[in-house]
Amino acid sequence: MTASISITTLHHQFGDFQALKDINLSIDAGEYTVLLGPSGCGKTTLLSVLGGFLVPTQGNVMIGDNDMTRVQPAKRPTTTMFQDYALFPHMTLQDNVAFGLRMRGMAKSERHAKADQFLELVGLRQDGTKRPHELSGGQRQRVALARALAVNPDVLLLDEPLGALDLKLRRSMQDELKDIQREVGTTFVHVTHDQEEAMAIADRIVVMNAGRIEDQGAPDRVYRRPSSLFAANFMGEMNQLPAWCEQHGVKTALGYLPGHDTANSTTQWTACIRPEQLTFEPHEWSLGSATIIDSAFFGSHYRCHLRSDEAPELTLVAYLPPSAAPKPGTKLPIYANPADISLFATEESKEAIEP
Amino acid sequence: MRVIQWFYLAVAFAFIYLPVASLVLFSLKDGNLPLPPFEGPTLRWYQDVLGDHQLMAALGNSLLVAVVSSFTACTLGFLAAYGLARHVLPGSAFMRGLLIAPMTVSYLIVGLGLLIVFNQLGIGLSLWAAGTGHVVINLPLCFAIIYASMGAQQQNAEHAARDLGANEARVITLVTIPMLAPAILAAFFLAMTLSWDEFVIAFLLTRFDVTLPVEIWSLLRSGLSSKTNAIGSLVFLGSVTVVLLLEIFLFGRRRA
Repeated sequence: MTASISITTLHHQFGDFQALKDINLSIDAGEYTVLLGPSGCGKTTLLSVLGGFLVPTQGNVMIGDNDMTRVQPAKRPTTTMFQDYALFPHMTLQDNVAFGLRMRGMAKSERHAKADQFLELVGLRQDGTKRPHELSGGQRQRVALARALAVNPDVLLLDEPLGALDLKLRRSMQDELKDIQREVGTTFVHVTHDQEEAMAIADRIVVMNAGRIEDQGAPDRVYRRPSSLFAANFMGEMNQLPAWCEQHGVKTALGYLPGHDTANSTTQWTACIRPEQLTFEPHEWSLGSATIIDSAFFGSHYRCHLRSDEAPELTLVAYLPPSAAPKPGTKLPIYANPADISLFATEESKEAIEP
Repeated sequence: MRVIQWFYLAVAFAFIYLPVASLVLFSLKDGNLPLPPFEGPTLRWYQDVLGDHQLMAALGNSLLVAVVSSFTACTLGFLAAYGLARHVLPGSAFMRGLLIAPMTVSYLIVGLGLLIVFNQLGIGLSLWAAGTGHVVINLPLCFAIIYASMGAQQQNAEHAARDLGANEARVITLVTIPMLAPAILAAFFLAMTLSWDEFVIAFLLTRFDVTLPVEIWSLLRSGLSSKTNAIGSLVFLGSVTVVLLLEIFLFGRRRA
């Protein structure tokens, strides 16, 4: 089963601390949504509100067509996969997975058959009689997933589910989560602070900071055209150039930025460009020349620090192809496509200028 | 240096076990006084003890009081620990202190206090009164042991159970208690041991039916006898058996 989620003007307060501020979010049925942000940004609080573990100070949560704002976790069409899996250590895997069905009054043989079905889905069919302590971290996490899915929730909430796994296992579990989500069709809401994980699995990324939603949308849009400076920085490495408005257009520390025009009176701006968007072949916008300070090999590219020759106080990060074998001290001309640049007001007004 | 270490170990164990060893040894002596020189051995005193209806009744009473009072203390201690660990209550630090404080009051004072209260209320002295006294002294202990073992792990499992549709009663019976079973059993058996041994409160609060320590005390009033040694050895044997069974079936299994 699956359902849409709609959150309107949600606020939550812990004492004096404003944990969530004016959250508005709609998630389509069957969508894989990732809430992304640094620790303390409110993403887990938002998940707790969806799961019913917290009643928000203000605002509404609709799941499907029902107002769930004040409904207890047990009575919601949601289940949560907890960060530490929270398996029942005294029960077999089969009993763990069947627990929710038992609470719904299903007969023993029936619920065990259903539990086996879900253990099969996560590839642990033959381990039904084991107990959680006999499993590895990745296996526990699969059991937690099977247990949460066994009750046929409309919405599955995942609280940093991959945080405890090593990198390689994490990557393969990401693929598996995505496959399982497609197979069952349930709406997944997943919390993480890892932007690579978010991009790997999400249909929609919601970037959060200090209790607010900074940006939301498809991963490539949020990465390439972020709508706030915070989102731009959080989604990956970003070069930031101070910029300001002049009569003839926007000027940066590395010269006029072609194609960007603004009548906005805000004086201080930040021009953002990703390292892989800096090129060394002639392009529309020339950023002058730069000297390589150092480089490190990353397999698919060299990550280099460059010092601009025009503005020596500016250090840029650029990715060079593996064949380039860059040497410190080499001078390079830098170019970019002006359409790749995002401009953000550095002061209070947070709106972005469209190219 | 090595010799000194072994010598120290031997002395330490001798210090602990010599009284018990001499108790058991002289329970086998064929003579009226449990004093050297040793004669025998004989099982006469054991036969005597097992044939003594009054002693056997006291043993049964002791067992009853120990089991019932420990069960009550554990139940109350668990509920208090659950409430204080899982809910934000006004003055919970004060309540915790108040629950644990009786541990510092001597058994004599607790016994005297209960004696006065029961007299005032017109409640007669009985095994029930002694059992109540044992609940009073064991509740703080049970509470402290169970409260200390309530961690975030159980709390998350409880959250998960609620999330999967369990009501409060089923969360407690299917998740909390099974997960805390080692601590609850440890508290139960410790409380049982203390109640089994306890003399002062049992002496003050029982009248016609008495517990084993009180019965032994009245035997001792008529002088030393190898019979008391035999009772002591039997009780010791019982305790050792319980401890061994616990080690094998409860704690041994957890380590495996």
